[in-house]
Amino acid sequence: MKLAKMFMATSALTLAGNVATAEDMANELTLVSWGGAYQASQVKAYVEPYLKMHPEVKVTWDESSAEAVAKLRAMNEAGNVTWDLVDAVASDSMRLCDEGLAEELNHDEDLAAAPDGTSASDDFGDLLVSDCFVPQIVYSTTFGYRKDLVGETKPDSVCAIFDLDTWPGKRALQKRPIDNVEWALYCDGVAKDEIYDVLGEDGGMERALAKLDTIKDQVVWWTAGAETPQLLADGEVVFGSTFNGRLFSAIAEQNQPIEMLWDMQSFDLDGWVVPAGLPADRKARVMDFLKFATDTQRLADQAAYISYGPARKSSAPLVGKHAELGIDMAPHMPTDPANSGNVHVYDYEWWADNRDDLNAKFEAWLAK
Amino acid sequence: MSDTTDTGGPVLAADGTPLKRSLARALRRQKLRALMLIAPLLLFILISFILPVADMLYRSVKNGIVADTLPRTVVAIADWDAESGDLPSEAVYAAMAADLKEAAAAKTHTKVGTRLNYENPGIASLFRKTGRKAKKFDIEGVASWKDELIDINKDWGDIDNWRTIQTYSPRVTQGYFLNAVDMRVGTDGAELRPEAERIYMNLLGRTLWMSLAITVCCIILAYPVAWILANLPMRKANILMILVLLPFWTSLLVRTSAWKILLQQQGVINDILVWIGLVDDSARLVIINNQFGTIVAMTHILLPFMILPMYSVMQTIPPSYLRAAKSLGATDWTAFWRVYFPQTVPGIGAGSILVFILAIGYYITPALVGGTKGTFISNQIAFHISSSLNWGLASALGAILLAVVLVLYWAYDKIVGIDNVKLG
Repeated sequence: MKLAKMFMATSALTLAGNVATAEDMANELTLVSWGGAYQASQVKAYVEPYLKMHPEVKVTWDESSAEAVAKLRAMNEAGNVTWDLVDAVASDSMRLCDEGLAEELNHDEDLAAAPDGTSASDDFGDLLVSDCFVPQIVYSTTFGYRKDLVGETKPDSVCAIFDLDTWPGKRALQKRPIDNVEWALYCDGVAKDEIYDVLGEDGGMERALAKLDTIKDQVVWWTAGAETPQLLADGEVVFGSTFNGRLFSAIAEQNQPIEMLWDMQSFDLDGWVVPAGLPADRKARVMDFLKFATDTQRLADQAAYISYGPARKSSAPLVGKHAELGIDMAPHMPTDPANSGNVHVYDYEWWADNRDDLNAKFEAWLAK
Repeated sequence: MSDTTDTGGPVLAADGTPLKRSLARALRRQKLRALMLIAPLLLFILISFILPVADMLYRSVKNGIVADTLPRTVVAIADWDAESGDLPSEAVYAAMAADLKEAAAAKTHTKVGTRLNYENPGIASLFRKTGRKAKKFDIEGVASWKDELIDINKDWGDIDNWRTIQTYSPRVTQGYFLNAVDMRVGTDGAELRPEAERIYMNLLGRTLWMSLAITVCCIILAYPVAWILANLPMRKANILMILVLLPFWTSLLVRTSAWKILLQQQGVINDILVWIGLVDDSARLVIINNQFGTIVAMTHILLPFMILPMYSVMQTIPPSYLRAAKSLGATDWTAFWRVYFPQTVPGIGAGSILVFILAIGYYITPALVGGTKGTFISNQIAFHISSSLNWGLASALGAILLAVVLVLYWAYDKIVGIDNVKLG
């Protein structure tokens, strides 16, 4: 009796299964992000409005984006993926895609079009660097310097980092080859569009390391984005590279005597990745949220809380003022024309291939 | 007297079975009961400790992915001679095309690309780019897959790529272990990597000597503290004990960050030195982001692990021994060195093993205060686990570290004797 009923109920469900309705969506959503001010901006811009529309949904956060690839791989091997949507940088999203850990998306079908009808793939344009990736923001790794410690001449080029005569003192650099070797080659006289060709040649990496050797004993190497603002605030370093949003909050929110050095800022992307192999009901919920959270207005809203540029072209005109400070956000965006006169666009494909090799050389050089 | 001997047969128990068997049965039951009692613990250790370690050890040689993803190619390429200077035969290319088509449909082609990229940079994008077209391969309809593949990507005409595929087609590889000792598979067997890429042996050596330095610093600092604790009246000793334990209960990150504030160039120690005029403002001491910083911070963090075993051993030494030695004419030094110190050696041994083994596995503190020259091999293991995803290499490094610890433990047992270690 009971069994027959259950059987009937199941077949009825299977019949209805092809039409996704609100009843078929899971009501739990586990989002993975970076914590801190960035996650707060996502809560304000995407999650709170979404929850207003769908009060039945319960959102849980996991601040694990820094180890997203490793953890997702471990979950996948254990056959129990507990995450629904993961915030990751572009290069990580490529690796997740390569490892088969992320769902491949059809950007035009899965994402909202721009208000004027431009398809999502055109609206995001070149920023769709991987089939598994939905970019949210453009951020940059760039330099800040202490206004009071640089002396008379204000630095206006990234090569000030390598000029110890004019600007003595310590520099904070990220403890990885990416960005640093590109800046080194650029300041060693390599044209911007030839950097990766030179780096790929025999002796290219050695040339970059030789340039870095000239400042090696003046470098403090950082691993967490919060270190550079702290080092600058303490006066431990004169220059320091970090994510532009961190510098913005040190300058605008904490009034530190720090100034931005936008020259040769290194553009990078951060966005959403859907883990592969989610059950249908959870996936339906994720896709529904993803479509909402990456539409033109939501991406523009996020810029009111943090100084990262929205990834959609159609969002740029909608960027307004900081939600609490009331200052215009546009001049603090890495994508603002005044800031992006000379930018470095880092080559994901090239680094995906050469990362392990160059990292070994970099580590060996560091240990010397 | 005579009625119990020389009956000829075995001794029988009351119920007529031989006594030997009956005893064995009783003992077996007892053993079984004991085993049942510790079964939960045994199971726990098996699941949470032995299996993961075994899995880690297996990962360091596991290489099934190439043979699983490219089954036809692995068979076809087996008898190709890489030294001949010729590209593999047409059959190998056709096998690769068929394998790639299947792998691209299952989305596993990039995984094998990533695996081979560890050995040969650039091969990952070769697989990624070819995979995009591979789903539409018409295996039967192409006359020469050799020309077709090379046409799609010229790197298929590079002998080095094929050599890598051939070298790493067996299901078990020594590649990770070779990499972990700064070697690689060259054209004729294993060879050292170029000097600019050697990291791990250097790091392992540094990890060992710095751990040793930290252990020695801990002994020097902990000994007098433990002695005072053991010789003060109970109430005062308890208060001092809290001072030892308080940092022990504080978060590791907090303590490490505190050292950052103290040691940095604009930090408390430098500020005081400049203020009293010992150091010039323009020549502040560099005492963090180097080996000194790591040794200082880790000595502080691991100190309780040295003090506690020393203290509990010293507590058991009766003070009357020292008095007796002195009353027999020994000087203070002789009484200490000949009578007291030898009795504290088990405590030093226990503390040293604890501190040393904890130290070589540390990675958070060295990462934060070690700069570039004060980091340990565990920092590289963490990097390969969470960032580069080269878990095979991380496992190989972990296995080597495990082996080193076991060898040191064995040497310690031979030289000092593990029976001489006392925790209290």
